[in-house]
Amino acid sequence: MLDGAPSAEAVSTTPRRLFALRIVTVLSLLAGTVYLVWRWGWSVNWDYWWIAVPLVLAETYALIDGYLFGFTIWRIKRRGAAPPPSPDATVDVFVTTYNEPVDLVMTTALAALEITWPHQTYILDDGARPEMKAAAEAAGIGYVTRTDDWADRPRHAKAGNLNNALLQTSGEFLMILDADQIPKPEILDRTLGWFDDPEMALVQTPQWFSNVSASDPLGSQAPLFYGPIQQGKDGWNAAFFCGSNAVIRREALMRLGVTGYVKAVESAVRAALEASERILARAARRARKGDIDTAGAISQVREGVRTALADLDDGAAYGDVTFRFQSTVRTASRSVVDRDLAGIAADLAELGYTDEVGITADPETGIPMVQEDVLHELTTRDLSPLAALEEVAQLMRKVDVTRSDEAQPVMPMAIVSVTEDMATCMELHAAGWKSAYHHEILATGLAPEDVGTMLKQRLRWAQGTLQVLLKDNPLKKRGLTAGQRLMYFATMWSYLSGFAALAYLLAPVLYLTAGVLPVHAYGLTFLALFTPYFLLNQLVFGIVGYGVRTWRGHQYSLALFPIWIKACTTAVGNVWFGRELGFIVTPKVREGGRQPFPWRLIWPQLLVMVLLTLAVLSGVVQLMTTDNLSVIGVGVNTIWVLYDLIVLSVIIEAALYRAPEPDPIEDVTNEELVS
Amino acid sequence: MQIEQSERDGVVVLSTSGRFNMMSAPRVKTRIDETVAAGSARIVVDLSEVDFIDSSGLGALIGGLKTARQAGGDLRIAAAGEQVVTVLKLTNLDRILTPFDTVEDAIHEW
Repeated sequence: MLDGAPSAEAVSTTPRRLFALRIVTVLSLLAGTVYLVWRWGWSVNWDYWWIAVPLVLAETYALIDGYLFGFTIWRIKRRGAAPPPSPDATVDVFVTTYNEPVDLVMTTALAALEITWPHQTYILDDGARPEMKAAAEAAGIGYVTRTDDWADRPRHAKAGNLNNALLQTSGEFLMILDADQIPKPEILDRTLGWFDDPEMALVQTPQWFSNVSASDPLGSQAPLFYGPIQQGKDGWNAAFFCGSNAVIRREALMRLGVTGYVKAVESAVRAALEASERILARAARRARKGDIDTAGAISQVREGVRTALADLDDGAAYGDVTFRFQSTVRTASRSVVDRDLAGIAADLAELGYTDEVGITADPETGIPMVQEDVLHELTTRDLSPLAALEEVAQLMRKVDVTRSDEAQPVMPMAIVSVTEDMATCMELHAAGWKSAYHHEILATGLAPEDVGTMLKQRLRWAQGTLQVLLKDNPLKKRGLTAGQRLMYFATMWSYLSGFAALAYLLAPVLYLTAGVLPVHAYGLTFLALFTPYFLLNQLVFGIVGYGVRTWRGHQYSLALFPIWIKACTTAVGNVWFGRELGFIVTPKVREGGRQPFPWRLIWPQLLVMVLLTLAVLSGVVQLMTTDNLSVIGVGVNTIWVLYDLIVLSVIIEAALYRAPEPDPIEDVTNEELVS
Repeated sequence: MQIEQSERDGVVVLSTSGRFNMMSAPRVKTRIDETVAAGSARIVVDLSEVDFIDSSGLGALIGGLKTARQAGGDLRIAAAGEQVVTVLKLTNLDRILTPFDTVEDAIHEW
């Protein structure tokens, strides 16, 4: 632990404070609603609608955010200690790694070995590094890498790593630890008891970082999230899974995997059958030109497609239907294939190839395959039936129950998003499982140590969360309760703040420089309605965040506006337009050497800060020399700018931040642990 | 759990008994893989003596189905008890793999 860092103790909300919190929350939302009604109804300056409307929308966004926050904290749940665990619970502890240094992974893995509850420890090495394997084996720790099935198939990052390991292990529960998250020995004794409830699927504990100084300029600690927000979500049975420091019931995950498999097969088979009509019609047209056998075979296949679709509509099992369809196709093509094989053999002989070229049958489809170069020769001689049959072969591969586009038919961890944790958790809740947030720090990790790494991490979280929103909107998702819908939506909504921030930052600049007034007047009515709302809102956070530092979180929700906007645009590009998102693994060790000031990463914030400062100067000069601006207008906007500047200043602090050298004593301990 | 193997009409019947759960699922999957590798891709898994199956057990059946299909064969399940049928319904897996009433039915419909 670094000097001056806050102690690793979770702060809790007492019943009396919860009561006060509810009252202040209601008052704050009332004041906010009155203010916003006035803003929409009476204050918007439509002459400058292009800034007036964005600004009032931004304020509406913030009020909705306030309502969602109010819902969240309304039901803050203080669980206390878990009941004693069932003595025969078996646990696998997974330490996930991709490219973190072997020493760092081993420190965590050796700490995992020391967990007192009986368990198996595994290192899930997605990098398949020989030195990692050697270190794991030397310490008697299980070592898991991807099976051959993953070659040439989507890897799905960490979700794939976990899915691969799930099929190679067998504990009743699994605990997931990121490579840097060092667990305390009692972590399982403290958490397993919650699984006494047979519907409990997941227990999440806080993430706490040991390499962060008291002022935490990178905003790594998230005491508001790992505290009132998670406890509030827990009250609605919507405690989030955060990827690490969590225990999960294997049965819950496997059930997701099985139901997901059924869904994937159903939609893939249907889609392939429905799309086949067009493909087969084209193949038939081509074949009809003088090849009656092939045309006949294709019409048999088309009949097979129609039968399959009809059978599925009648509720026949996909296994039977696909098997029958495949048999139909095999029979239909056999006659053509036999004839063609004879023809091909003759053609090949003519071309000078001998029998050794070997025409083999595809083991899955029974359709003949020939070597690439030979095939080329044949197709240039216009042997069209081969091409037609190839299309049929592709259709056969798709109309199957093997889910052959993925490495494993069963994918328990969700693969729809780069933040597999949130997506999986939402699936669990939708399937009726429960989750718990256990408010006790039982593992400590390493936070990013420079602004660049921190920005990448935040971008990934935001992108993943927005991917889930766009692909699987919780407000419409079947199986979730109303409260759960709101809890998921609240987190997604909070990532849209970048656009609101733009309006908040630009409106005062426009007024102070060009006299563009987004409201009719910054008069007494404005102050009388805005001030109570603002103060009550601050009070809510004062109560909810009593004893923890919530200011950093506030600063970053505004100061990272370029990241939030980028997350929105890239997530939309990915989900709606199929563009690459790019998976970023957050490095756990800092890069060596002196780091220059990261202008490239934070120039938008710096530019806005310069604009804000110049705008105040411009406002003051205009106030003294012209009648364009009012005193109260300049006053309000100057205070507003000062607030913006104070909030944004965190990014400069972050850019200047250099992580302290690790404590030499801790280094020695690490050495001992590794050797 | 126990796995017994027999052969009828060119079809391999794997008779399982006991608890088909996360502990035993990997063994069943391995046995199916070995059977297919040995050249028998038509497999019936007899579940009549299984008194409990969980989702890991279903996962092993799905994995076995994939192995068999890739070798040009098929995997079928037969004689599922009440608990097995309930779990198949709960996960919707009965829409893919419908259990045959008896091992004989599963073999004859091939």
